[in-house]
Amino acid sequence: MRSPQLGIIDALPQTFSQTQTLEMFRKCCVNRHFEIETAKVYDTGVIKMPIYLSLGQEHIPAAISTVTKDFRIFAQHRGHSYYLSFGGDMRKLIDELLHRSSGCARGMGGSASIHDPKIGMYGHSGLMGDQVPVAVGMALGSRQRVLTVVGDASAEEDYVWSAMGYAATKKLPVLLVCEDNDLSILTHVSTRRSWSIVEIAKGLGMQAVDIADDPWLIAHHAARLLDRLPAVINIRTCRHRWHAGTGTDEEPEWNRFQLFKEEISKLGLKNEAKKIEDETLELVWKTWQEQLRKP
Amino acid sequence: MARTVAETIKEITKNHLKKNNGLLFGQCVTAVGWIGGTVPEMTEEEGITELSMADVAGAGIAVGAALSGRRPIYVIRYQGFMWYNAAPILNYAAKSKEMWGVPCPLFVRSLAMEGGMGPVASAAHHSMVLRMPGIPICAPMTPGECTTAWEWFMSHDDPIYVSEHRRSFPVNYEMEPQIYEKADVTIFAISAARLNALEAAKKLKEEAGITSNIFHIFWLKPFQISEEMIRALKKTGLGLVIDSDYSIGGASRSIAYELMLASGAPVHALGLDDRTGGFAPHLDNPTPPVEKIVNLIKNLTVKKETVPNTNLNS
Ligand SMILES: Cc1ncc(C[n+]2csc(CCOP(=O)(O)OP(=O)(O)O)c2C)c(N)n1
Ligand SMILES: [Mg+2]
Repeated sequence: MRSPQLGIIDALPQTFSQTQTLEMFRKCCVNRHFEIETAKVYDTGVIKMPIYLSLGQEHIPAAISTVTKDFRIFAQHRGHSYYLSFGGDMRKLIDELLHRSSGCARGMGGSASIHDPKIGMYGHSGLMGDQVPVAVGMALGSRQRVLTVVGDASAEEDYVWSAMGYAATKKLPVLLVCEDNDLSILTHVSTRRSWSIVEIAKGLGMQAVDIADDPWLIAHHAARLLDRLPAVINIRTCRHRWHAGTGTDEEPEWNRFQLFKEEISKLGLKNEAKKIEDETLELVWKTWQEQLRKP
Repeated sequence: MARTVAETIKEITKNHLKKNNGLLFGQCVTAVGWIGGTVPEMTEEEGITELSMADVAGAGIAVGAALSGRRPIYVIRYQGFMWYNAAPILNYAAKSKEMWGVPCPLFVRSLAMEGGMGPVASAAHHSMVLRMPGIPICAPMTPGECTTAWEWFMSHDDPIYVSEHRRSFPVNYEMEPQIYEKADVTIFAISAARLNALEAAKKLKEEAGITSNIFHIFWLKPFQISEEMIRALKKTGLGLVIDSDYSIGGASRSIAYELMLASGAPVHALGLDDRTGGFAPHLDNPTPPVEKIVNLIKNLTVKKETVPNTNLNS
């Protein structure tokens, strides 16, 4: 079932405008190079807290946020890319990782509990999965659209299912994205459970799809499901670094960034993509350096 | 006739739903009795929101609605259910302001009950909340105290844990402290223990000529020690805190400790027995009964005469 091709729709990239494709790519580059740069800084020892890198998963929020930013957002510990994709201030995220009171959570949140009221992003409490009931309550109270993100492991928390069931019962505008990297720290899904969150969601009466992490595919389903909420998208993806910190184990099952670039080249946008990647690399590096120089 | 506690809560709720776009969450709220007559008979469109039986998710949903600014009232029918409900309330709502500067004002109505109700539905469990930061706790027993709790909530942006007791619902009077010039003991009573303490004080006077000061504790956290409390304690040289929750690691011992440090007088604590309550009447574990309070105070006042306390005037 796990495959970079899961649910792929033929010729889907061609149906996207160049602008949207390049916008997704730009966000991917920002997220990706932010994480790579963060890893380098972390390895120098100046970050004195655990960090949760989204490297390998960075195109999920990149894709969703090009469809719409009109969400209240409840992510979990692996949230840097959500913060950046939905308009969070990179400098404030860096400051947060550098334990500063100027950080997006004044140093209280660290890497795992970032937030920004300005972009409607709420912090995570540290109890995996509790963002889902809270997100559902937000949708009920505000009647606004809510995006909530779980991992394949958090999706196993009993209160996640019951909150999904309540969202289905009350027809609340909640999009639940499950970033399925097949890992709960180091334990694979097959060791932990025999069921699928997509089947659970369908059983609860929700729209649900199980797809690979192709950015066009993600954007396609996010757009399609927006007026059919509540809905669940389970996205098969690969975590490239350790659960916490910067280490690597074996090669990831696939490298979506590479696959994304190849597809973009096929669309005849290779040069544009190269330019975007160079620009974001420079931007991220410069921003990190400037923040590091500040007292 | 003066309004009861139940009528007061019902009126507050009705106004909140009608005028503030407020919400009330709970399980089976619209069932027989409407939570002891404390919930107005209104509809889901008007804000009475029935939750499923999933307690952890339900509490989280109420917390999310609090983040949205609707200032929900969340009813936990029996305080024993707090073992499930605690996580979103204490780990999210209570921390939100300190962690992220984002207020999460949730009015938690957590109900204690007693009398052959078994191990979960009996007693107050406010002490588990007491040890966590970010959420004040009160235990109203009078209509005026219910109003105070509500007014505090509406003028602050924090969540609040309101430890209610079903025995308060018919109460239609206020309870003032009872302080005497020449008293033998100073009682600090919490929740339904206040009703028992009042009776015990009468009995002590009649049976043994023992005079008891009584302070009614409404705010458990922050607990504020008044000059009057210290004066009374120093004069009587003996204090007792009585609660409808367990005393070990609980509110009664914690408050007794603070009073003891502030006054120098020995202050004892009396709560539920350290055992699980059963359904059969003889296995119940209720708020310390009147007889138990009477006997304990009789014993303590005897000891007081024989064991001088050297700290009293320090
Ligand atoms: C309630 C709770 N249980 C367990 C943990 C410990 N824990 C933190 S992250 C994690 C794995 C999460 O995996 P997943 O949800 O798949 O997200 P991923 O790390 O793969 O992005 C675990 C077990 C926790 N923080 N909270
Ligand atoms: Mg995972």
